[in-house]
Amino acid sequence: MIRDITIGQYYPAKSILHSLDPRVKLVGTFLYIISLFIVKHYTAYVLVTIFLLSAITLSKVPLKFIVKGLKQILILLIFTVGFNLFLTKGDPVVEFGFLTITDQGIITALKMGFRLIFLIIGSSLMTYTTTPNQLTDGLENLLAPLNKIKIPVHEIAMMMSIALRFIPILVEETDKIMKAQMARGADFESGNIIQRAKSLIPILVPLFVSAFRRANDLAMAMEARCYRGGKGRTKMKPLKYDKRDMITYFVMITFFILIISTRILF
Amino acid sequence: MDIIKTDNLVFEYVTTNEEGDVTDVNRALNNLNIDVQKGDFVAILGHNGSGKSTLAKALNAILLPTKGSVIIKGMDTRVEDNLWDIRQTAGMVFQNPDNQIIGTVVEEDVGFGPENLGVPTDEIWTRVEKSLKDVNMLDYRTSSPNKLSGGQKQRIAIAGIMAMQPECIILDEPTAMLDPNGRKEVIQTVHEINKTANVTVLLITHYMDEVIDADKVIVMYQGEIVMQGNPREIFSRVDELKSYRLDVPQVTELAYELKKAGLDLPDAVLTIDEFTDAMSKYLKG
Amino acid sequence: MAIKIENLNYVYSPKTAYEKVALDKVNIEINDGDFIGLIGHTGSGKSTLVQHLNGLLKATSGAIYYNGQNIYSEGYNFKELRSKVGLVFQYPEHQLFGTTIFEDVAFGPSNQGLSKAEIDERTRKALDMVGISEDLYESSPFEISGGQKRRVAIAGVLAMEPEVLVLDEPTAGLDPKGRDEILEQISKLHLENNMTIVLVSHSMEDVAKYANRIIVMNNGQVKFNDEPKAVFSHYKELEEIGLAAPAVTYIMDGLKNIGFDIDVSATTIEEAKKEILSYISRVQ
Repeated sequence: MIRDITIGQYYPAKSILHSLDPRVKLVGTFLYIISLFIVKHYTAYVLVTIFLLSAITLSKVPLKFIVKGLKQILILLIFTVGFNLFLTKGDPVVEFGFLTITDQGIITALKMGFRLIFLIIGSSLMTYTTTPNQLTDGLENLLAPLNKIKIPVHEIAMMMSIALRFIPILVEETDKIMKAQMARGADFESGNIIQRAKSLIPILVPLFVSAFRRANDLAMAMEARCYRGGKGRTKMKPLKYDKRDMITYFVMITFFILIISTRILF
Repeated sequence: MDIIKTDNLVFEYVTTNEEGDVTDVNRALNNLNIDVQKGDFVAILGHNGSGKSTLAKALNAILLPTKGSVIIKGMDTRVEDNLWDIRQTAGMVFQNPDNQIIGTVVEEDVGFGPENLGVPTDEIWTRVEKSLKDVNMLDYRTSSPNKLSGGQKQRIAIAGIMAMQPECIILDEPTAMLDPNGRKEVIQTVHEINKTANVTVLLITHYMDEVIDADKVIVMYQGEIVMQGNPREIFSRVDELKSYRLDVPQVTELAYELKKAGLDLPDAVLTIDEFTDAMSKYLKG
Repeated sequence: MAIKIENLNYVYSPKTAYEKVALDKVNIEINDGDFIGLIGHTGSGKSTLVQHLNGLLKATSGAIYYNGQNIYSEGYNFKELRSKVGLVFQYPEHQLFGTTIFEDVAFGPSNQGLSKAEIDERTRKALDMVGISEDLYESSPFEISGGQKRRVAIAGVLAMEPEVLVLDEPTAGLDPKGRDEILEQISKLHLENNMTIVLVSHSMEDVAKYANRIIVMNNGQVKFNDEPKAVFSHYKELEEIGLAAPAVTYIMDGLKNIGFDIDVSATTIEEAKKEILSYISRVQ
């Protein structure tokens, strides 16, 4: 069910990772993702694995929850691994008809699979431990220099945080509208492409109507609460670096340097 | 002193075609004169489409009068400089609990108003805590609004307004989408706020049982005020209320029916205790 | 017998952290011509239950028989079931999509593979049943009043000519007159068109007035399944599960407490009035 999506959700808990400044987590995740694409030597893989496992442990997010998030990218994962497995040139190991698996293929497939899984876990670990509001606050703060070139950073951040709040509501609404139309005999599964596209109209029209009504209501509610853009606004949770944030920056940079050195040394 | 005052307020929804010519004018509010005293609990009753939501939006300067005026604590809604002071003075709670919560965590949502007002960080925290306490939702401060019941969401919305320290709260059908328990929670909360925090309340609703404890009831019908008075006065006019697409509480209706059948009962019976009292008096007398 | 539900269980998100038993060994029989009031607080399982009746949700275990046939048997035609058991969701006006009212209401019958003439006829009949006049047929369903939208949406289900009509809180958000109008129309469908009705409601007064049987759900289980008077005589137990009896029950009880020797089983104003007047003529 679409309702079970856990990627991008917040997992409330009291952990070191939860209490870190969102900017640290954003920069950290960024460095981590770059590292994933630099790794080559197996020591680097070990390093990244240790790093991610410690982060998971520190986050207090149950492993079960994280694995569940992975299930949703299973198809993407199978495709990536499959493509690399069958389409990489090298010495053939197994052959089924026109499909050949090569030794290089196995290695690349494993590496790609590893990278993808680690990428998803790492970045979702950030969203699990950071409330969407903190996340957008962090982004807004990090991107503030862009204000100088007339990019409305505050507005973009506000839009993101509202989108995050309304995604689950709209998903539920889609589910409800689909069921209501099915109760009127609508069929979304049979027919050719044109028929199927046409059968989406009874879902999309009500969904758009509802989204616009919600947007309108929300805009009114925000105005009624004196929202008038970022100017003159104070923050309930202003971003302030703590000692542990500095330590984390230090750890992140050290980790990043280590990964780079594995690339140079080995 | 009047905290809310409207003077011959008229509001028209104007439909125009692509060339900008007026194709349709719909008068939603027709010469409304309302005054609400500080500290009062005023209820506005009206059928769907009677103009009560339009009125609420006009009071909050979301809509500006076509004719006449709206004065909130001496401030005219037509003067643009007053806008934010008006909205801070007369906070507004809307019907759909989902469409007015901005934050993804309860306390962050309650802090949204004070943030917009530029309140210093420390004070935002005190205000958030106090407002959540006022609506009895302090235990849920770190919850996600999506996980709350409708009644709880509406109480969060009320806390979000209370954190702006308004003198008056306008609630536009806050219970229309709630189940009976949620409705009770919200109405109770609103009464508590009215009494303990001395906040003026303007409750818009079409549930009869929610207005019994109001100081004053205003009945709207097709954009006009058709009845005004305390609940007892209003509910003694059963047939008139019904002609305005409204109703009376069941106990009132039963007493009214018995009275019509010849029993000598008082005019508006509002509670079960009053009913049993009246019946025993009737039998003894 | 229209519907028979046997040992129905339904578990949301099984084998995950969010696992929740929504229906727990539910056994219900709904007879042809019944008017059932289905009550229970939010989350008691009543909405989940009604979505099983037309096969939108599939039970984890148990069986549902529609006119004697198990709907979970191999090759059962769900599309036909959905036209026999019409389900009107809460706030049904949110599913309107047609460019005209007529087109929207015709959506159901046109999914049933009928001829154009038949579709037209059913659509007209359904719109007539809910009191939407012909001059509105070509209007947009988005430009009419809230109460009218609700009625158009109900017509959208009626146009499929169901034998059983299930309505999930059809009066939510309407003003008192609007509530009465919708309920009267449903009652008319029951009395004149002999439709079996399942009405999900939060209003005890409404179910007391219209239903011949009330089913009370709590924590996914059927707590009571009986005539209104019998169910409301358990009002203390109803209160324990977050419900209540109609106001009239409390009034009668109040009179009894101050010494009136009356029958307290009245659940509607009419019945209460009769009982009180007859008591008064007895003692005077």
